[in-house]
Amino acid sequence: MKQASIEDKLAVNKYTIDKDVHIKIDGKICKTCDKHYCLYACPAHCFTLSNGGITFSFEGCLECGSCRIVCPNRAVDWTLPRAGFGISYQYG
Amino acid sequence: MQVFDAIVVGAGPAGSACAYSLAKEGLEVLVVERGSFAGAKNTWGGAFYGPVLTNLLPDFWQEAPVERPIFQHRYSFLSGESCLSVDYTGPRFKSRPYNGFTMFRAKFDAWFASKAQQAGAIIATGLQADDVLKNGGRISGIRAGGDELPARVVVACDGVNSILAQKAGLRGELLPGDVKQGVKEVLEFPPGEVARRFNLFDGGGIDWEFIGDCTRGLPGGAFIYTNKESLSVGVVVGLKSLVETGIRADDLLEDFKRHPAVAGLIEGGRLVEYSAHLIPVSGLGMMPRRLYADGFLVAGDAAALVLGTGLALEGANFAVSSGIAAAQAVLKATKESDFSAKTLCYYQKLLEESFVLKDLKTHQKAPHFLENRRIYSLYPKLACELADSVFTSDGKPRKRTWKLLREKMKGRVSFYRMARDLIEAARAL
Repeated sequence: MKQASIEDKLAVNKYTIDKDVHIKIDGKICKTCDKHYCLYACPAHCFTLSNGGITFSFEGCLECGSCRIVCPNRAVDWTLPRAGFGISYQYG
Repeated sequence: MQVFDAIVVGAGPAGSACAYSLAKEGLEVLVVERGSFAGAKNTWGGAFYGPVLTNLLPDFWQEAPVERPIFQHRYSFLSGESCLSVDYTGPRFKSRPYNGFTMFRAKFDAWFASKAQQAGAIIATGLQADDVLKNGGRISGIRAGGDELPARVVVACDGVNSILAQKAGLRGELLPGDVKQGVKEVLEFPPGEVARRFNLFDGGGIDWEFIGDCTRGLPGGAFIYTNKESLSVGVVVGLKSLVETGIRADDLLEDFKRHPAVAGLIEGGRLVEYSAHLIPVSGLGMMPRRLYADGFLVAGDAAALVLGTGLALEGANFAVSSGIAAAQAVLKATKESDFSAKTLCYYQKLLEESFVLKDLKTHQKAPHFLENRRIYSLYPKLACELADSVFTSDGKPRKRTWKLLREKMKGRVSFYRMARDLIEAARAL
């Protein structure tokens, strides 16, 4: 079976994307972090490392809550998407 | 403003079981669900076990959107390209009432919530409960979507990330060491193909668990569940161990799908969904000391009521059972017109008397035991190597199996350590 990229996987999911971001990160803290647990915790690869800092894109978020609890610096301001937005599982 | 007899937050198995039980007795119940339908935010591995739902809704499976009754259990050790399996099936599992079913949460939860609705509960979907209302020391409702919704009692069934249990002060933050991360793909096949590939012509299904290289030795495992015309394929791994080793669960899943024991069985499946979820696995070690407060109860994953024994990882039946117990406590409080902790503590007493807390107590050493890395690396490897030697016919004089095992253990694990692990396993599981 051909290896599926995370983009391929997220592309089949049903999302209703909000214009508001439901998870915010404190980039200043991330720049000083040498662990970057968020990169490995997020099953949707929403966190990416660029120029020593972390960027976050919320669109593929599966709302699992992993990033909220792994950050040792509490740099992740985690909330759920507004009601009616975000992932909508059709199987689950 | 209307004061509800009870507000249930979250229309998962715990919430719908609670709301159904309360509405059936004539209480005015509001269920607040953040998804656009019940189940929209929920996922799991794929199986529901036990009689708890049958007790509530006899023969539920004839009406509910179940996929397959589970007739077979299979456990496999993976090491490199090797695979050693134990498979069990028996007439007991093939007869009614069935022991378990594979199901999809988006379909099952929607169905279960509709039963609560038919019983008289109001299901408000697309509504997020943000906070609890407090009146003096007691909880008197919730804040949701900017509105204040008063209730005599609030039952928090809002899942592993429960915001309400935290706001009510019953629970602190989740710790990465207390949860496993599950990632799952649903692969769809043409009609008849799943039955053909897994020899399921009697309509039954398989619950197949894997341990070993599928998690690269990290605590956890992989699974395949057979649905009607699709497979649920996933891995479950300790979140703490993932981030500390810099391994991603979805990479483990890709490796697992390429294992020779798996690849051929899932070949050609069309990916229709990818999901992820946290599972609270530390049992009593993470459960809030009190599951009740004045005007407040917490049930299901929100209360960390999940049983993980290594052989079983069950949460949904514990959720349903705790939802029913919460409803019984609310009914008692309604009868006595007292919603204080003094009356609602009946809920915890019911759980202590039922399999929910009894099972968690019986297996309270399991979460610690299951952190032992030898279970996920060395022992699956030894098992596969031993099987390899036993089944190899190479023209050389054969050795007794016991001697083979001792040779393979040499320099890797002492007899004493292995014996201790076995004793610990016997005590914990």
